[in-house]
Amino acid sequence: MSTQLAIPARLARLPADRAFVVVSRVVGLLLIVVALSLLSPYFLTWGNFVNVLRQAALQFLLSAGLTLVILTAGIDLSVGAVLGLSACISAALISEGYLAIGVAAALVSGLACGLVNGVLVTLGRIPPFIATYGMLWIAFGLGYVFMRGEVIYGLPEGFRFIGAGFVWGIPVPVLVAAALLVVLHLMLHKTVLGRSIYAIGGNPDAARLSGMPVTRRLIMVYGLSGLLSGFAALVVIARINAADSGVGEDLLLPAIAAVCLGGTSLFGGVGGVAGTAVGALILALIVNGMNLLGVQTFWQNAVMGAIILISVLADQLGGARLVRPQ
Amino acid sequence: MPETQNPIVEMRGIAKRYGGVQALQHVDLDIYLGEIHALVGDNAAGKSTLIKILSGAVAKDEGSIGFEGRPVSIAQPRDAKHLGIETVYQDLALADNLDVPANVFLGREMTRSGLLGFILNNREMETRSRSLLSRLKINIPDIRQRVRSMSGGQRQSIAIARCVCFNARVVILDEPTAALGVEETRKVYALVREMRDQGLAVLLISHNLNHVFENCDRITVLKTGRLVGSRRVEETSQDEILRMIVSGVAEERSARPRPADRASAGAGAA
Repeated sequence: MSTQLAIPARLARLPADRAFVVVSRVVGLLLIVVALSLLSPYFLTWGNFVNVLRQAALQFLLSAGLTLVILTAGIDLSVGAVLGLSACISAALISEGYLAIGVAAALVSGLACGLVNGVLVTLGRIPPFIATYGMLWIAFGLGYVFMRGEVIYGLPEGFRFIGAGFVWGIPVPVLVAAALLVVLHLMLHKTVLGRSIYAIGGNPDAARLSGMPVTRRLIMVYGLSGLLSGFAALVVIARINAADSGVGEDLLLPAIAAVCLGGTSLFGGVGGVAGTAVGALILALIVNGMNLLGVQTFWQNAVMGAIILISVLADQLGGARLVRPQ
Repeated sequence: MPETQNPIVEMRGIAKRYGGVQALQHVDLDIYLGEIHALVGDNAAGKSTLIKILSGAVAKDEGSIGFEGRPVSIAQPRDAKHLGIETVYQDLALADNLDVPANVFLGREMTRSGLLGFILNNREMETRSRSLLSRLKINIPDIRQRVRSMSGGQRQSIAIARCVCFNARVVILDEPTAALGVEETRKVYALVREMRDQGLAVLLISHNLNHVFENCDRITVLKTGRLVGSRRVEETSQDEILRMIVSGVAEERSARPRPADRASAGAGAA
């Protein structure tokens, strides 16, 4: 009872533009679910439900770190490529039997790429778009060099559990994503690092002049984004039981889409990982719905782009209009 | 009174050059506790450069800074803060997307103790912000709102108040009322006087001599990077300060006292 009352109370506390984002996403999610339930007899099956959840979870794992970077008014275009590189290195090691080293290699390679991004953006004063764009090509290139066009296939059963296993009928990636969501949400709202992320995104000059160690915190955030890409790589290769140099190729744009759909502002300072989780879910539902309805792939891309633009436009026109400084 | 105590800040022979431009040359400045000290002068007089040197945002080329009688080095904003010198920058002070407690404690968030030192103590920050605002008589109905939704005067008050929270001895204000309306300006100056009355030293830049004469205790005039002179408000007049700003020359007051100055000084203080 108290929680039922608490939710509207918290919503009422939100500024009108944020309340607009929250309400529009929840209503959008419900509309999609209702529409697909009516349009497709397969939509409301347990198997399809699990499928959508797992897809959303994998999407969230990659978009979560990106969300942190975008909250600082930056961008990390290298998330997909870094995932690919980490996937190749760790798959090579794990398939040779070096499980622990392979897992560590994925995390370390991801973290290293992220830290380099952070140093380039802060100490190197390169705009995040350019720094991480360069890293995108470096990580892709290194992935190709490392794999020489080969495909690694067949990973140990024990390792595959984190991508393909089930606990109590729920896919393990979903549980992993849920745990990550809780940890990152608490980090953003309850820790000094989280407060810095919002402050830097809101006003980097104020953050710097207040004595906040902005450079160090930004390097940490980009490092965290790389680390989470490496972590996502482990779950992805465990799920598909393979890796090649192209594994991260088509992951960047959906990752940005999930963040946008989740209501995090690309201008920084506003949003959060809970929104990105909802964004990932909406994205997975739309893709799933179009597949169930037999929409052609070309149309799927166009529809996806339109939905992203409409959601951001709605936030701009509908939400921002509700809040004006007096 | 202020004349008998030693200055808390003594800046001596401060010089700063930007490329071919001599922004400041051999400027002296004394700041006293319990005083509002106004820095006035035309554009390019060097007012902003001088306060930035004191706040650590700009490095001086020459000169020395004394604090409580000992020489100190202020190389970055952090050094100034450690001494208790706090600066409120024009438009740069607040993170719009955060609420009042988050802004008051920006850069020095309160945390749990020990191993949980990375976890914010939001409740404590909220409590302290509330008592800080009431101590300074600042009225903000809902401090959990983002500061973006607040008025210019409220935002400026928050920016100024957060200095007081951290045992500041000297508060530097760069045109604190430049963007504010009449009523808001009045409130912000009431806050500044409140801080003075609580024993802080305030150094502020203003272009409005009426505000300066209504609220400040001491005035220093700069012109093209040079010190023209310093006057206590009750010993000068708006006319004299204006002549100093324009001519860049201080008048020999003890040698040739001007009755007219005395008369209008009395009017200015009233």
